[in-house]
Amino acid sequence: MLGLNNKDFRFLLIVIALTMATPILLQPFPEGSVMAQFNAGYPDLMQRFAIFGIFAIGFNILFGLTGYLSFGHAAFLGAGSYSAVWMFKLLSMNVIPGIILAIIVSGLFALLIGYISLRRSGIYFSILTLAFAQMSFNLAYSVLTPITNGETGLQVTLNDPRILGQQVAANGNVPPTNLFGLEMGSSFKLPVGAWEFTFNAGYYFCAVIAILAFYLSLRIFRSPFGLMLRAIKTNQTRLNYTGLNSRPYTLAAFVISGMYAGLAGALLASMDPLAGAERMQWTASGEVVLMTILGGVGTMMGPVLGAGFIKYFENIFSKINENVLHQWFSWLPDGLENIVIWVAEHFVGSGWHLTSGLLFMLVVIFLPGGLVEGGQRIAAMFKRKKADDDSDDAGHHPKQSPHVAE
Amino acid sequence: MGILEVKDVGKRFGGLQALGDVNLSVQENTVHAIIGPNGAGKSTLLNCFVGKLIPDTGSVMFDGQSVLGRTPYEINQMGISRVFQTPEIFGDLDVMENMMIPCFAKRDGSFRLHAFERVNDEKELVEQAEQMLIDVNMIDKRHMNASSMSRGDKRRLEMAMCLVQEPKLLLLDEPTAGMARADTNNTIDLLKEIKEKRDITMAIIEHDMHVVFSLAERITVLAQGTPLVEDTPENIKGHPKVREAYLGEAH
Repeated sequence: MLGLNNKDFRFLLIVIALTMATPILLQPFPEGSVMAQFNAGYPDLMQRFAIFGIFAIGFNILFGLTGYLSFGHAAFLGAGSYSAVWMFKLLSMNVIPGIILAIIVSGLFALLIGYISLRRSGIYFSILTLAFAQMSFNLAYSVLTPITNGETGLQVTLNDPRILGQQVAANGNVPPTNLFGLEMGSSFKLPVGAWEFTFNAGYYFCAVIAILAFYLSLRIFRSPFGLMLRAIKTNQTRLNYTGLNSRPYTLAAFVISGMYAGLAGALLASMDPLAGAERMQWTASGEVVLMTILGGVGTMMGPVLGAGFIKYFENIFSKINENVLHQWFSWLPDGLENIVIWVAEHFVGSGWHLTSGLLFMLVVIFLPGGLVEGGQRIAAMFKRKKADDDSDDAGHHPKQSPHVAE
Repeated sequence: MGILEVKDVGKRFGGLQALGDVNLSVQENTVHAIIGPNGAGKSTLLNCFVGKLIPDTGSVMFDGQSVLGRTPYEINQMGISRVFQTPEIFGDLDVMENMMIPCFAKRDGSFRLHAFERVNDEKELVEQAEQMLIDVNMIDKRHMNASSMSRGDKRRLEMAMCLVQEPKLLLLDEPTAGMARADTNNTIDLLKEIKEKRDITMAIIEHDMHVVFSLAERITVLAQGTPLVEDTPENIKGHPKVREAYLGEAH
């Protein structure tokens, strides 16, 4: 089906089901309960899951398949955001032209940076991409102020021409971003007992695009092109002596992943129509590397899981403050409570980076294959138990080579 | 005219004259061995054929075209495949995937953006690859991870990957280096089988005399960067110059 084998098609269906049910799945705790702050089913966060999922899926096409570690992918994210906001300013608040332009611009931008950076491999490639991204950041921050509006960031205003759409909405404000009239910010709230589920148009728009992006990357993974990219990671010498030129393959992978980043950037701007230079900063480039490694490099699901994991902790942990901690530990004796809170507060709120750093260390040390490997190990444990019960010695069969995506 | 014509090739590394005035002609459908003691310049010479090194002087013509200044992948596309001293395979991929890559390279050239096709839909290529695996007795290992195989199997796979491209010339760089006697004999048998089953031109670099005399139809002896003699195995065996080069009587 859809050019996928049965196993992949089932996999895709599961991903679609999970994505569509996200507003329900991420809202497991009733409103008003103590645990409600761990709910993640609100539009802003769910949009981020989908958008950074796309960013990480694209990054994985380059890093996961070819092994070329780019430290500058935020430059394409930023370029995508700026392009989209310009479309909102010039054409209309419809998100489609913005997204198309963002993909084209970031693709061309990636072609330029990739063409130069891919002359080197390994650490030199990483440094070159980092240098380009920092250059882009500084250009956006100061030199290109007429285009990027410098440190203020690019915003939509009432004075923008918007030749194809409304200049000013009926209520006198800047019109909201929309998809042929469907406002990205509009939500439908469904109360079920103590729970409340929010179905947001913006999230579903991002989710549909994320599924398309995922499907596309699944096809690339299974294609001869994907095979060549994996071959580049394994043994470039053999590839060259087999009559294949690795340069255009890596460049194509770089451009494709750059376009994914541009798409993610455009979606960020579509959800909230502004673009700032900080989106291009090296921390943003580093974040997508963390997401991919945390989830599992070279796996299909890994980057998405990693993106969700990081964005979840970023949002949830940074919301927890001293008052919340006091509520939690009020049952402790006073002196002890203060000590515990003093320790704990360094790991939450603005200190959540400390937690994410620790989690990242734990994953890299104990699960080098990322969260996906963790899942596989758990699945294998269950399988072994089952196999023991059936006294079937499945473990004695010759080891099959692991597939890219599990 | 041979399929590979080497004329007056010289290569200098700093003060060391690695190759000097090498003339060599590999005839089509023969197994041509290039032998010589360590440091004779065998590998340097081979690297001049595949685009890894460019000689300072002379010319290397393959099938009527110069290979000098071309990159390894261009030279492979011209029809030269190479087996390395230590098997170079795609370790992270399984055996079948390893085989598919040269099949694609042979059909599609050095680059093609086939991102929306499926590897397994290429029935013709899959068949080719499987037939080749049958020929080298590896078909039962086709789903094995390449890096988990024994060295002998890796060598077998590498040869299969080269052969599936149906090269006009197969270069073998010390195919039995570091192998136990049994493995060496297996490799010899494999090469003999290949030779019997198809018309193929091979150039072997080797210093194991056993291998050379079991396979070669033509032998060039290289010493200190220059060819001493070129002759049939029978004549080489008793040649005084060869004995001299190998036993070091020159010093």
